[in-house]
Amino acid sequence: MAYKIIASQCTGCSACEPECPNVAIYEKNGVFLIKPEKCTECIGHFDEAQCVAACPVDNTCVIDNAYPRYQAA
Amino acid sequence: METAFESATPTPSRLKPLTGIKVEIAGQPESSGCGTTGGEGKASCGTSDGPDDMSPEVWEKVKNHPCYSEEAHHHYARMHVAVAPACNIQCNYCNRKYDCSNESRPGVVSQKLTPDQAVKKVIAVASEIPQMTVLGIAGPGDALASPQKTFETFRQLQEQAPDIKLCLSTNGLMLPEYVDEICKYNIDHVTITINMIDAEVGEKIYPWIFYNHKRYYGREAAQILTDRQMLGLEMLTARGVLTKINSVLIPGINDKHLYEVNRAVKSRGAFLHNIMPLISEAEHGTVYGLTGQRGPSAQELKDVQDACMGGANLMRHCRQCRADAVGLLGEDRSDEFTLDQIEQMDVVYDLEKRRAYQDKVEVERQAQHDAKHDALAAHSGVDDGMKVLVAVATTGGGKVNEHFGHATEFQIFELTAASAAFVGHRRVDLYCQGGVGEDEQLPSIVNAINDCHAVLVAKIGACPRDELTAAGIEPVDAYAHEFIEKAALTWFADYRSRVASGEITHKERGDAAIRQGAFMAA
Repeated sequence: MAYKIIASQCTGCSACEPECPNVAIYEKNGVFLIKPEKCTECIGHFDEAQCVAACPVDNTCVIDNAYPRYQAA
Repeated sequence: METAFESATPTPSRLKPLTGIKVEIAGQPESSGCGTTGGEGKASCGTSDGPDDMSPEVWEKVKNHPCYSEEAHHHYARMHVAVAPACNIQCNYCNRKYDCSNESRPGVVSQKLTPDQAVKKVIAVASEIPQMTVLGIAGPGDALASPQKTFETFRQLQEQAPDIKLCLSTNGLMLPEYVDEICKYNIDHVTITINMIDAEVGEKIYPWIFYNHKRYYGREAAQILTDRQMLGLEMLTARGVLTKINSVLIPGINDKHLYEVNRAVKSRGAFLHNIMPLISEAEHGTVYGLTGQRGPSAQELKDVQDACMGGANLMRHCRQCRADAVGLLGEDRSDEFTLDQIEQMDVVYDLEKRRAYQDKVEVERQAQHDAKHDALAAHSGVDDGMKVLVAVATTGGGKVNEHFGHATEFQIFELTAASAAFVGHRRVDLYCQGGVGEDEQLPSIVNAINDCHAVLVAKIGACPRDELTAAGIEPVDAYAHEFIEKAALTWFADYRSRVASGEITHKERGDAAIRQGAFMAA
């Protein structure tokens, strides 16, 4: 799985973008998105997902069930 | 307070404040802060009194900075550019989702800018408004939570508009990291928002912080924040950077505690302490707005400000500007400088023209300064202990020059027989719209200046005149276009002679309300 950002709740503040260790976050039309193929859920990098921890709006960066859970190498 | 949380929350990365180190602002001994020597009625003190009260180096830094000098704010303008949208802490009085172009308060902004766009906007505004002397980055998040964007903007401006003073506003969490960078770009004014120095108070204000790749909650978060703020403040003071401390007065949470905050920041060399009322409306969707946490009344705010007067110099002319505000404090011309409009403008940065214009403004500022001193000197010697507040309608320049019906704010002066001191301002809804008086607005204006004995205006219509008189507030238009202090003291001398002759009876006034909610710009 990967994280995704719920666009309707994103304030476009950019707090998540520089925190992502995989550079998976990018801006489009004033809100931020996560490239699922790049997201590792921060496993192996940090104890908690950085986008979730930095986001000012609760439950905006959430697990995207459309993708299988990330397996650390 | 340090030890109480030590064992419960071991954070190896925590930095301790350098308590015990004595720090001095370059050229200004700690004890010479005028706040410590100010007498009766000398409320805004060094910030308004000019060169007599501070070293030449400090005076040079503040004399044309509207936020750091009460006197300057009548004449010089500032602007904020919204290049720093991210924040690294959550405050209970802030909701980042809320953005409405009709209101004016920190953290709120309509159009985010890249550093390149911001620089273009600054140059455009500086050409259009030559008395714009100060550029600040105040968010809409935290200037130091988007350090690349903030410092890239400063770097370009230092090259392209070297006469503009640069300042930034921060919650202080990342401040110790960036003190070197701040000095590198000649940023000689930094504002830190400090609402507490005790984590037990802090946990009621800050639900969490994001620090070192981790979210911290509650007391642990507040402890890290206060440690970082104190350390950052000490480091700035040691480097000679002027600091302003903003504190939000939250009744029942930090109202008593702000005296301790005042002492703590003064002892670490803070130049100014700005105590501001909480803005909290349910419609803003903030935690405080939703839980019904109220803001202070005008009297509550003034009581805390008065009690803190012996600490750092107190700022009372703060308008709690938006993160993209443009113009004199209290006005907002950001509508005239949207990205689309800037694209159309033919912009030439003319340093000479700006200097020439500012020289004229400086003459005007000096005239106000002299008029104030003359007025104070003319009325010195008598003090019968009587003290009143008056509201003044002004469009700037330090004069009584605004029509009652056109005023969107009143400046409040505290008068004794021998002194006139600026103690604050009150926002109101416009009474006169399209030439017609809105009578339903009048009660809210009376509420906002209900603690005043008189309102000094350039002109006033018959209807509001009668209603103000009925409410016990004397409408005064006899001193139109005179300097405020002179007008106020002359009126007060007349008032006291009328009391002495038995023509009127002196009565104490009640409290006043601080206006909340959206502020419709005219």
